[in-house]
Amino acid sequence: MYAWDTNEEYLFKAMVAFSMRKVPNREATEISHVLLCNVTQRVSFWFVVTDPSKNHTLPAVEVQSAIRMNRNRINNAFSLNDQTLEFLKIPSTLAPPTDPSVPIWIIIFGVIFCIVIVAITLLILSGIRQRRRKNKEPPEVDDTEDKCENMITVENGIPCDPLDMKGGHINEAFMTEDERLTPL
Amino acid sequence: MAHTPEPDPASGNLGDERPKWDNKAQYLLSCIGFAVGLGNIWRFPYLCQTYGGGAFLVPYVIALIFEGIPLFHVELAIGQRLRKGSIGVWTAISPYLSGLGLGCVTLSFLVSLYYNTILAWVLWYFLNSFQHPLPWSSCPPDLNRTGFVEECQGSSAVSYFWYRQTLNITADISDSGSIQWRLLVCLAACWAIVYMCVIRGIETTGKAIYFTASFPYLVLTVFLIRALTLPGATKGLIYLFTPNMQILQNPRVWLDAATQIFFSLSLAFGGHIAFASYNLPRNDCRKDAVVIALVNSMTSLYASIAVFSILGFKATNSYEYCLDRNILSLINEFDFPEQSISRDDYPAVLMHLTTTQPGRVARLPLKACHLEDFLDKSASGPGLAFILFTEAVLHMPGAPGWAVLFFGMLFTLGLSSMFGNMEAVITPLLDKGVLPRWVPKEALTGLVCLACFLSAICFTLQSGNYWLEIFDNFAAPLNLLIFAFLEVVGVVYVYGMKRFCDDIAWMTGRRPGPYWRLTWRVVSPLLLLTIFVAYVTLLAWKPLSYRAWNPQYELFPSRQEKLYPGWVRAACVLLSLLPVLWVPMAALAQLLTRRKRTWRDRHVRPNTDAR
Repeated sequence: MYAWDTNEEYLFKAMVAFSMRKVPNREATEISHVLLCNVTQRVSFWFVVTDPSKNHTLPAVEVQSAIRMNRNRINNAFSLNDQTLEFLKIPSTLAPPTDPSVPIWIIIFGVIFCIVIVAITLLILSGIRQRRRKNKEPPEVDDTEDKCENMITVENGIPCDPLDMKGGHINEAFMTEDERLTPL
Repeated sequence: MAHTPEPDPASGNLGDERPKWDNKAQYLLSCIGFAVGLGNIWRFPYLCQTYGGGAFLVPYVIALIFEGIPLFHVELAIGQRLRKGSIGVWTAISPYLSGLGLGCVTLSFLVSLYYNTILAWVLWYFLNSFQHPLPWSSCPPDLNRTGFVEECQGSSAVSYFWYRQTLNITADISDSGSIQWRLLVCLAACWAIVYMCVIRGIETTGKAIYFTASFPYLVLTVFLIRALTLPGATKGLIYLFTPNMQILQNPRVWLDAATQIFFSLSLAFGGHIAFASYNLPRNDCRKDAVVIALVNSMTSLYASIAVFSILGFKATNSYEYCLDRNILSLINEFDFPEQSISRDDYPAVLMHLTTTQPGRVARLPLKACHLEDFLDKSASGPGLAFILFTEAVLHMPGAPGWAVLFFGMLFTLGLSSMFGNMEAVITPLLDKGVLPRWVPKEALTGLVCLACFLSAICFTLQSGNYWLEIFDNFAAPLNLLIFAFLEVVGVVYVYGMKRFCDDIAWMTGRRPGPYWRLTWRVVSPLLLLTIFVAYVTLLAWKPLSYRAWNPQYELFPSRQEKLYPGWVRAACVLLSLLPVLWVPMAALAQLLTRRKRTWRDRHVRPNTDAR
C-alpha cells in the first residue's frame, strides 16, 4: 500500500506517455505532454495528452485505444488490477475462456464409467462361475435345523414349536417321573 | 394352550432359500439409507424456514408419533412375517388386495425414473466440480468477447449454469426440444452404478450400503464444522430456528408436517416390506421401526443445522456485497477517499448525506439492504442444491473441494434411497417368478434397470425438468397416501388385529401395547384420510401451473407462471391414477375368477361332500 502523491502522479504520466509512444506516429510523446487535472482526495482525476506542435489535445479515442493496449503494464506499475484501477469509458477486455482440449468432466466421467463397467463384468462373471460350481456339486442335504428356523413345522394340523417354551407345553407328570429316577 | 401362528405361507419356496442379510447392521443401514434421502437435506430445512423455525418441530413430532412410527411398524411387521415382497404380501393377506402390491410396484417404478434423473444432475455437477475456478463462478463471455452472455448477465452465473448449461431448458413445457447428450450420458452412468449395486439383490446392496449410508453423515459433520466457523453462520441459525408459535394456527403447517413425515420415511413404496422380508422371522421389528424413524428425524434436524449455517453465511455475504455497492456509489458521487466509509458507518453517513444533500442522494441507485431479506430467501428441492448451495460454496475458500464433497454426499444419499426403490420393484417380481427359474437374478435386475433407463430418457429432453416436477408433485403423493391408507386398513381390518398382534408377539416376544393398537385402528387411518382430502382440495383449489424459465419474459430473471396445457393435464391425471387403478382392477379380476369357479363347481360337480 502506498500513498498517492506527486511522485505517483509522475509515474502515471510516464505510463501514459509510454503507452502513447507505442502508437505509430506518436513516438515523440513526452511526459510533459500529459496533463492531470481535478485531482480529488479519493484519487480520481482527469488527464489529457497534448500535442505541442499542433497545440491541441489528442482525441480521446486514440488515447483510449493506446491505454487498452498497455493496460496490463499500467496495472502492474501500480500493483493494481482492472477492478481497482478504473479508466472510465475503457472497458477491460475479458480473458478468453480457457477451454482445455478435453473438458475435465469427460475425463473423470470416463474413469468412473470404466470402473463401473469392469465391476459389473466381474460381478456377472463371478455369478456365472458360482452357478456353474453349484450345478456341478450334488445337491446338498438341506440343513433341517436351518429350515426349522424359517418354517413352522406342522404335524397333524397342530403346529409345534420345538425350541420355544412359550405357553408351557410341559407335562407335569412326565417331568416328576423323571425326577424320581435317581441320577447317577 | 397358547395360540401359535398359522403355518408360514412362504414355506412353499423350499427349493431356493430366501436370501438373508449378513448381519443386523446391513438391514438397519439399508432401511435408514432408504428413508434418509434428498428430502432430508432440501425439503425439511425449507419447511422449517417457511413455517416458523423451531415451531415447525411441534407438528412434525406429533405427526411422527401418531402417523410415521405406527405405519412404519406395520410395514416392517408384515414384511418380516409374510416374508415376501409387496405383491406376495398383499396377495397373502387377501387376494382382493393383490392390486395394492401391483400398485406399489408401479409407483416405485415411476419414482425410480425421476429420482435417478435427479441423481444424474447431481453426478453432472459432481463431475464439474473437479476444476478451479468452478464453471458456475463466472459467466461465459459472449461471441465478440466484449461482455458476458446476455441471459447470464440478466440472471446470475449460477442460474445460467443450471438452466442453460445443464438443463438447456425450454421456455414452455410443450416445447420438448432435443435430448441433451450430456445428461443422457450421466443418466446412463447413474443407471450403471445402480445396476452394479443392485445386481444380486441384497447380497450386493448390503455391501454397498456400508459406504452409501455412512458417507453422507461424515460429510454432513464436516460441513457442519466448516459452516459453523463461517461468518454469519450463527446469525442464520438464530434467525431460522427462532420459533414463531403463531404459525401453528395455520392448518397448512399441520398438513405439510404430516406429508413430510410420511414421504420422509418412504412409506407405502413397498421397499421396507421388501427389506424386512429378508430378515430372520424372530426379529424385534418394533424396536427397528422406532429406531429407524428416530434416526431419520434426527438426520433431518442435523442437516438443517448445516444448511441454515450455510444459508446464514450466504445471506451475510449478499448483505455485505449489497452494502459495498451502495458505499461505492456514495464514494464515487461525493468523491470521498477510498475505504473512508466502513460498513458500520454506512447508515450514519447515509442519513447525514440525505439530510444535507437529498437531491444528489436521491439520484443514486441505492438499494435497501436488510439482512433479514437475504435470510428469508428460501428454496427447496433442486433450487436449494443447484442454485443456493452452489453459490454459497463459491465463497468458501477451497471451493472445488467443498463442491465435490457436497455433491458426493447428495449422490450417495440418493443412491441409498434408490436401492430401496429398486428392491421394491425387484423383490416382488422375483417372488412372483415373472421370469423362468433358469434365468439368473442378474438378468432380471439388468432388464429392470434397462427398462428404467430407457423410460427415463424423456427426462433428458430440454423440457425434462418440467415433467419431473409433474412426476414429483402428482404421481407420487396422492398414490402414496391412498396406498398407505389401504395398507393400514388392510392389515387391521382384513388381516385382523388379533392375528396381527399374535404375529408380532411371536416375532418380538411382546404383544403390541394400547398405543400401537389405538393408532393402527383409529388415529393413523383418520389422519391419512384427512391428509388425502386436504391434499386433493388444495390441488383442486388452485389452477395447475408451473414456473418456466423464459429469457424473453419482461420480469426475467423471475420465473414466468404458466398454466399447463390440456394434454399435460391429462397426463397428470393419468399418472396420478395409474398405480391406484391396479387396486380395483385386481379386486374385480379376483371377484370374476371366484364367481367363475363357484359357477363351474356348482354345475360340474353336483356332489360336493366327497371326503
